[in-house]
Amino acid sequence: MRKHETGGELKMGRRARAGEILRRITFWAAALAPAAAVLSAQQYGLGRSAEPDEIEAWDITIGPQGKELPPGAGDAREGAKVYEVRCKECHGEAGAGGDQVGFIGKPEQLIGEKTVRNVGSFWPYATTLFDYTRRAMPFDRPGTLTDGQIYAVTAYILYLNGLVSEEETMNAETLPKVKMPNRGGFIRDPRGKR
Amino acid sequence: MLKDASSRRAFLGAGALLGTALGACRTQESAPAAEQQLPGLLGEPVRRYGARSPHETAARAIRETKTPEASSSRTPLADSYGTITPSALHFERHHAGVPAIDPAGHKLLIHGLVDRPLIFSVEDIKRLPSVSQPHFIECSGNSGGEWSPAGAPTVQLSHGLAGCSEWTGVPLKILLAEAGVRGGAKWLLAEGADACKMQRSVTLEKALDDAIVAYGQNGEALRPEQGYPLRLVLPGWEGNVNVKWLRRIKLTAEPQYVKDETSKYTELMEDGKAWIFTLEMDAKSVITSPSGGQALGARGYREISGLAWSGRGKITRVEVSTDGGGSWTEAGLQEPVRTKAFTRFTLDWQWTGEEAVLLSRCRDETGYVQPTLAELIAERGRKSVYHCNRIKGWKVAADGSVSNAQA
Repeated sequence: MRKHETGGELKMGRRARAGEILRRITFWAAALAPAAAVLSAQQYGLGRSAEPDEIEAWDITIGPQGKELPPGAGDAREGAKVYEVRCKECHGEAGAGGDQVGFIGKPEQLIGEKTVRNVGSFWPYATTLFDYTRRAMPFDRPGTLTDGQIYAVTAYILYLNGLVSEEETMNAETLPKVKMPNRGGFIRDPRGKR
Repeated sequence: MLKDASSRRAFLGAGALLGTALGACRTQESAPAAEQQLPGLLGEPVRRYGARSPHETAARAIRETKTPEASSSRTPLADSYGTITPSALHFERHHAGVPAIDPAGHKLLIHGLVDRPLIFSVEDIKRLPSVSQPHFIECSGNSGGEWSPAGAPTVQLSHGLAGCSEWTGVPLKILLAEAGVRGGAKWLLAEGADACKMQRSVTLEKALDDAIVAYGQNGEALRPEQGYPLRLVLPGWEGNVNVKWLRRIKLTAEPQYVKDETSKYTELMEDGKAWIFTLEMDAKSVITSPSGGQALGARGYREISGLAWSGRGKITRVEVSTDGGGSWTEAGLQEPVRTKAFTRFTLDWQWTGEEAVLLSRCRDETGYVQPTLAELIAERGRKSVYHCNRIKGWKVAADGSVSNAQA
């Protein structure tokens, strides 16, 4: 058998060590810099200023507090009609699932032999439902639902899970207040960095 | 269902492998091989863009879904050499198809907690200081089937949601410095220009460490299915955060808890809690040759070869067992060993014609050692779905056929 040299185990080369030291200096310099700017060294002057309207058009992400939610409103009764036409074909009758995932569940279903991970059982934030539907659904024609229709179909899915009533209107104010049952279900990887 | 190029190859390849083994083992009976053509016939002229020999047929294995735009294809690892995955064979995972993007119109917006919101064209980005580094990208769902004791029958199906390319691009910290990162920024949101506008949250620490906004892959432009014209490369982090068709980066104080970092790409524990932001890929190795679906030809010398990688740095050691874990031998690592990149390991082996069970286990520069399935389950239970890096075994039968040892 040929004898192989593995070498270098747990040893860092000089260059790698210099790189690591530089990396740490950069990181701590960034972390400890005055609050005004973590990193601000416009050195190359490339790129152009983004205009506020350009940013607004692209800045579509809705965070967990829902601060970015747009105007508009809808309830579960209206949502049921939207669902029938735009969602049911893939997601099944009344959110039961079909070719694609269903929406109805409870966190109790996260334990045991057969677990169910869906909006009702698993998703921590109601606002994510609005964000994802608006950016990605319907699968073949994303961007074709109005914000009102998205609020409505969001309300419908929450209603199917017993989280809002049929008459409750979902809008920028009410949607972030809906507390999803698995809100406290996520923990940071306890192993930390090795 | 998965279509697997290499299981077909197992049937077709048996004869060819016998032929290949002849040189090494002259005492064995030979199988009829194609006759060597004599030089003399005038060959093909030069051509503008090369194609492989028609005799080479390795292909990605496609997961067939009702929506082929939201699917995946797997790298044929058993048929790859060295540590670089050819761009055409690098695994794919798309959530809303591959967008057709004209780079002339593509822009990257950097905004949020910055002093100067900026828009970069692809040309701007190509003018900036560049780096070229090999890094693996691995879907965190790779080897998901290996959580079950049996696992998959071929290395393409068990480990093929991984590939390693040389990525060329601008370090993200250069772009962030141009925009000026404000105090309070701890995270950023990266978003793609595909139909679902795929988005993920990334720590600012990672962005300032080794993140790359890449436009090059293996010496040419990114392939469309790898994010043309721009993708984020976060060395060592799970595939999904390496956002393709990158169009927007927003600096934020907190992660955005988007759909693909809460409802997906989180690991469910037995108590119903789920680990979130498990972004580094744990060290992993697998023997690619011999591997499931192949057939050994003649007895005698045969190199054992495989791939190892870690999201935390360099691979420092790979050990191979040919007796199902009874004894282990240190394998050689082909130089150069690069951080957060595929590392090729090899071991000399004489196949005596007896049954053998081949295993590999690796260790990275943090001291982490690749676990067995039992060790993984003890740590995480059986519901994790993602981040399975168990030790994988292949069984060589007396007739030379190679199959999944766990089956």
